[in-house]
Amino acid sequence: MIPTKFAYRRAASIDEAIRLLQESGGEAKLLAGGHSLIPLMKLRLSEPALLIDIGRIPDLRGIRERDGLIEIGATTTHHELATSELLRRLAPVVSEAAAEIGDPQVRHRGTIGGSLAHADPAADLPAVMVAIDAEIHLKGPNGWRTVPAESFFQDLFTVDMQPDEVLAAVKFRPVWHAAYAKLHQRASHYAIVGVCAALAIENGTIRSARVAVTGASTHAQRLPNVEERLVGRQPTQAVIDEAASVAGDTLEDVNSDIHASEEYRRAMVKVFTRRALERAVARA
Amino acid sequence: MSDLVPISITVNGRRYELEVEPRLLLVHLLREKLLLTGTHVGCDTSQCGACTVLLDGRSAKSCTVFAVQADGSEVVTIEGLERDGQLHPVQEGFWEEHGLQCGYCTPGMIVSVVDLLNENPNPTEAEIRAGISGNFCRCTGYQHIVKAAQYAAARMRGVSS
Amino acid sequence: MTTMERPVLPKLIGARVKRREDPRLIRGRATYVDDIKLPGMLHLAFKRSDVAHGRIKRIDTSAAEAMPGVVAVFTGKDLMALPGATRPVGARGTYAAKIGAGLPPMPIGTPFPSPDHYAIAPEVVRYVGEPVAVVAAEDRYVARDAVDAIVVEYEELPAVVDPELAMQGQPTVIHEGFPNNLALPYVPMGTGVDPATGQVDNSAIDRAFAEAEVVISQRMVNHRVAPNAMEPRGVVAHWDAGKEFLTIWSATQNPHILKSMVAAVLGLGEHQVRAIAPEVGGGFGCKINIYGEEYVAAALSRILERPVKWIEDRSEAFMATIHGRDLICYLDIAARRDGRILGVKMKLIADIGAYNMLLTAAIPTLTMLMASGTYDIPAIRCELTEVFTNKTPTDAYRGAGRPEATYFLERGMDMLARELGLDPAEVRRRNFIPKEKFPYTTQTGAVYDSGDYEKALDRVLQLAKWDELIAERDRLRAEGRLVGVGLAFYVEVCGLGPSSSLPTGGWEHASVTVERDGRIRATTGASPHGQGNETTFAQMLADLFGVPIEHITIEHGDTGVVRQGIGTFGSRSQAVGGTALMMAGEKVRKKMAKFAAALMDANEEDLVFENGMIYVKGSPSTGKSFAEVARYAYVPVPLPPGLEPGLSEEAFFEPPNNTYPFGAHICMLEIDRETGEPRLLKFFAVDDCGNVINPLIVEGQVHGGLAQGIGQAMFEEVVYGPDGQLLTGSFMDYALPRATDFPWFELDRTVTPTPVNPLGAKGVGEAGTLGSTPAVVNAAVDALSEFGVKHIDMPLRPEKLWRIIHGRGQA
Repeated sequence: MIPTKFAYRRAASIDEAIRLLQESGGEAKLLAGGHSLIPLMKLRLSEPALLIDIGRIPDLRGIRERDGLIEIGATTTHHELATSELLRRLAPVVSEAAAEIGDPQVRHRGTIGGSLAHADPAADLPAVMVAIDAEIHLKGPNGWRTVPAESFFQDLFTVDMQPDEVLAAVKFRPVWHAAYAKLHQRASHYAIVGVCAALAIENGTIRSARVAVTGASTHAQRLPNVEERLVGRQPTQAVIDEAASVAGDTLEDVNSDIHASEEYRRAMVKVFTRRALERAVARA
Repeated sequence: MSDLVPISITVNGRRYELEVEPRLLLVHLLREKLLLTGTHVGCDTSQCGACTVLLDGRSAKSCTVFAVQADGSEVVTIEGLERDGQLHPVQEGFWEEHGLQCGYCTPGMIVSVVDLLNENPNPTEAEIRAGISGNFCRCTGYQHIVKAAQYAAARMRGVSS
Repeated sequence: MTTMERPVLPKLIGARVKRREDPRLIRGRATYVDDIKLPGMLHLAFKRSDVAHGRIKRIDTSAAEAMPGVVAVFTGKDLMALPGATRPVGARGTYAAKIGAGLPPMPIGTPFPSPDHYAIAPEVVRYVGEPVAVVAAEDRYVARDAVDAIVVEYEELPAVVDPELAMQGQPTVIHEGFPNNLALPYVPMGTGVDPATGQVDNSAIDRAFAEAEVVISQRMVNHRVAPNAMEPRGVVAHWDAGKEFLTIWSATQNPHILKSMVAAVLGLGEHQVRAIAPEVGGGFGCKINIYGEEYVAAALSRILERPVKWIEDRSEAFMATIHGRDLICYLDIAARRDGRILGVKMKLIADIGAYNMLLTAAIPTLTMLMASGTYDIPAIRCELTEVFTNKTPTDAYRGAGRPEATYFLERGMDMLARELGLDPAEVRRRNFIPKEKFPYTTQTGAVYDSGDYEKALDRVLQLAKWDELIAERDRLRAEGRLVGVGLAFYVEVCGLGPSSSLPTGGWEHASVTVERDGRIRATTGASPHGQGNETTFAQMLADLFGVPIEHITIEHGDTGVVRQGIGTFGSRSQAVGGTALMMAGEKVRKKMAKFAAALMDANEEDLVFENGMIYVKGSPSTGKSFAEVARYAYVPVPLPPGLEPGLSEEAFFEPPNNTYPFGAHICMLEIDRETGEPRLLKFFAVDDCGNVINPLIVEGQVHGGLAQGIGQAMFEEVVYGPDGQLLTGSFMDYALPRATDFPWFELDRTVTPTPVNPLGAKGVGEAGTLGSTPAVVNAAVDALSEFGVKHIDMPLRPEKLWRIIHGRGQA
């Protein structure tokens, strides 16, 4: 399997990448690890005229803590997420979810920015970003723009991103009571259903709750009716069970394929919501 | 529109200056241009791992990397694992423990085990199985590969201690 | 005379000898077909049908032909090159004349009626992936681009997908002359069937069911899987126009069959073709076939007078390499309440896909042949119907017909045990063919060579600690977990031939040459692709000649070097190929003994070959070195009377019968109550393949077989949509087992030699796939017994199990 022809430019900076994007008139794609894009190009499902390689831009890589926020550069690999000391300390759910992506080789090359911008309906990280209320930092010709993850993912392979924008980083607050639970599709290792739950628990009470699902529908999204049943209550098994019992009831366009029917997926949203909540609560 | 792009790449310690079509996959650069045919292609969806090489020290599927992306990088293929005519302990493990049959997945599998042991010198059986979960083998049922990795881990720990 | 002390060489037969193949493979220095590069070589790429069933209205190859680097494009009609073809073929003019009447339909190896099947479809496409055109280009990337530039318009026809509807001619008929899509309308086998006349007498089987105290009836599907050798198929063809000689390299299991068939299709003599199987990256049956791409490559090399290469993509392999299994069984078992079986009926419907390939039609007949399993069943009736559908053709996949028989029968045995409240081991034991009854002729005509089934059963029960395993299962169940234990027994027909059973001939060939320096070169027609024949065969010769294994080379896979051969399939390498090798070896040894006897003035019967020496028994210090005797045989001064110079012999071995290895597998499996996900916790296998040359290699063969059998039971499935589209076209949707899917396999063996060959070896290549599949499904049914489930069709997809657990009915 061989991609169609394209031109290749390597951008030395974010601004250069933006300029190249502008010049291309919408015919270009950004390339970092390439683990979302190259498989599509090999199958000739994507045929960009120009690839702009942002994989070597130093500003785009790395995990740091700044002003109480964790910042992850777009070209940081899944393996770096999975093994980051900083993330394990301040946002272990991100490491945990990254470790569930694909396989070792894929994690060595695949990047968080690529995964989020590509927005595969069964990708793991979108659900995590939505649940932990991450901000997506985009830079375009008119400067920086910040989009909450929740509104970044719009539809099947569709995100709030202009053709001349670069996804530069994600930022989020430390989060401890959070967990990701995933039903693996056996062949691809994508999620049939993946649920991320992020809670703020203070003095034995759930102060805030964000629960997001991937794999079930067109794009990662929150489960508001689950969240409602958690906030202000104690994280008991009964509360978790009750909240999980309505998980997915608000979802529309639930996927159905050879691996899982809509009925099964809907049931699994409940199971994996409960598992994610249980693990989030158990996480000290 | 798709002019050749100059790249410089170090493969198995040898530096190459080449001009390549941007769409040339790293695995085809290795196999077709550098004639390093030990690295194989077993699928086209980045699953099987037959094409696994070390790219800047970490295992990567060379069918899912454009050669231009590897510009300035260091690549180690199966042909580059031996030292002074001595098999790498992982290669030795595969031989000792019958970790291969048809041999087609073997180069990629060996490279994955090398990567695993670089990161985790004393893996459990479960960690070995997870470490090679990006490599398909249709012949062995994986058990002798697990034993090969265990053999190599023991040898490498013995050597370094 | 040599008096030097020589090291004592260990006996190698039965030893865990490290493989001699491995150094090149682990160093990345092996040569697979895609590693071959010839000067001026063109690359082929095929345009394939994206509809399941359709009539080609128009193919426009002009844009492809105009692309720089494209040398020629051929459609199916071009290749037929029918007289009166209206347009020139290819970009550079008319090639049609050079191939005369064009490529004929592809030959098959079974005697049944078969529709024409062209390498490239000229008019009608009948499965997604069927070739409609081929591009030859200077570069692989350009060839791929050119394929996309070919425009094909189809008149779509209804897709025939469901075999049981297809049998009624619904929704349409695929091939003219095959009404109701019946490739084989009705083949009976078993009790009351006269194989000569096909006449059927139902009295015995009817009586068995009339006398039954209990009858088990179940429809089961042994579903379609994709072989997925890790190396896809590939071919390099080089026509030497000067010598009028074709050399063809192919990832094949049987280069000699390839040679014969390519010669026949191209209108060449077999003396004009050399076929080479270089390093071959796994076969599992799918590389037995000679495929259209091989004929096309050979033809194009001849037409274009350039070497050509075609390498299959995995996405193509899913569509264009044969699939395996796909057999529906309506099983009925008649038994007494004590568990004794009185009769078995199997009504079989094989969905063979769109065409007959080499052995397609014969594979399900092996299911009938093995319908008795390991049991002494007094009445058996099998009835087989083979049906065309708009899918990739099926053919041999590891086990080929026998895993299907084992699966159906062993599921039935479990149902019987459950119905009668008997221990699954006990119900099997009560029906075993007792060891004193061998050779045993089954009701379907198989003559089992040897067996001791109780011994293997006892061994596996011991290995698995059966009582403790059941106690553990019950303990886990008490915790609310869904845990099941599964047992399955199998017997397999291996060592294929004899010639009466194979259209290619069922023998194998070998040659052994002791060179002038005492080193040994041997050839075998058994062309391996992972089986390790270079090691096991060298072990045998090392012992035979008493020389170091390093002094022996086993050559294979090249019809230019290996004079004759059949190939590697049906677990025949050791039993048939190994025996041929020993026969050739013994001829050479005998002749060498004559030379040695002359040299030493000894009696040839008294000579011993040991430790690199040939000496009179009892006096090793007065012997001659092996090399010295070899030298003498090539410069025989004086030439002993009645001897020709040289030490080179060949042998053909025609086995009198097949071999019937057997074994028993036990597993423990857990199902997640909430998600339906199955997880294999334990696996135990006892296999009896007769005498073993190299236990290390045998273990590897068993492991691999288990993985494929478990893979089919749990994960793997080829799925077509209602429109005949392939929904599992890549590893993204077809779940190939990974290392994380398996527990540690606990293995043991019993040894019951076969009398069929002098080695006593039966074969082991396919064994693992037989017992493992029903063992896993039996365990799953056991795990879900609290839900009253009687049978679950494979694979054990989580949703399927979840539906049973949660009472949701069919999806």
